Amino acid sequence: MTKRKATVSTRDCVACGCCMKVCPKKAITVPKGIYAEVNRDLCVGCGICAKECPASVITLEEVKV
Amino acid sequence: MRQNKKWYEYLWIASLTYLLLGFFNILFAWLGLLCFFIPLLISIIKGNKAYCNKFCGRGQLFSLVGGRFGLSRKKEVPKWMKSKYFRYGFLAFFLTMFLLMLWNTYLVFAGTKNLHMAVTLLWTFKLPWHWAYHGTLFSDGVAQFAFGFYSVMLTSTVLGFLTMILFKPRSWCVYCPMGTMTQLICKVKSKS
Repeated sequence: MTKRKATVSTRDCVACGCCMKVCPKKAITVPKGIYAEVNRDLCVGCGICAKECPASVITLEEVKV
Repeated sequence: MRQNKKWYEYLWIASLTYLLLGFFNILFAWLGLLCFFIPLLISIIKGNKAYCNKFCGRGQLFSLVGGRFGLSRKKEVPKWMKSKYFRYGFLAFFLTMFLLMLWNTYLVFAGTKNLHMAVTLLWTFKLPWHWAYHGTLFSDGVAQFAFGFYSVMLTSTVLGFLTMILFKPRSWCVYCPMGTMTQLICKVKSKS
């Protein structure tokens, strides 16, 4: 089965943390201040973060689970 | 409404108050140094961008006005704006203008230049701002720094609002010099 999960393009992420703020599942963190990380176990693929991201570096990707 | 709002989610009020205070007494501009030192110290000591992520009142202000109030087209920022060249280039430009401002402040402290009661918007337009000057305790340089620093803060807010309207609410975060600088510090720190 595949599920949609938020995926961060770490190279382009500015680590502002906008995604972290809007995530309803608290699945995103910016641990080292370099890029955002998505916890795929918590992510439900709603896409709110992708919409919010000012740099538009988050996409929803089909992931096998 | 979401429950348990944290205290720092109201920091946009502080940012807004700061901008308003500058219209009444320019010396309040000195408070803006907090927005410079706190993010730098957090990134140097803790090695993260907790300031951007949680405490940045300006970001919250853009989210509120652009998001909740809908004053934003919510379109993607152009590619060049998020490129490393532009982000680091803008940081370099911003720092250069900042140093120039410090140099002008020094000249006023040293007495070689007179106090210039103006706020420079977008590094070009000199707005008369004498109504917010009610004298200063020590040297005219103290007020000169306030005028210069407020110019920096007002300019970046105006740019931020412009990109908020044109693109996504927090587009400023993409090229914010403080954000770029703290991210750079975090990168260096995680490597060492």
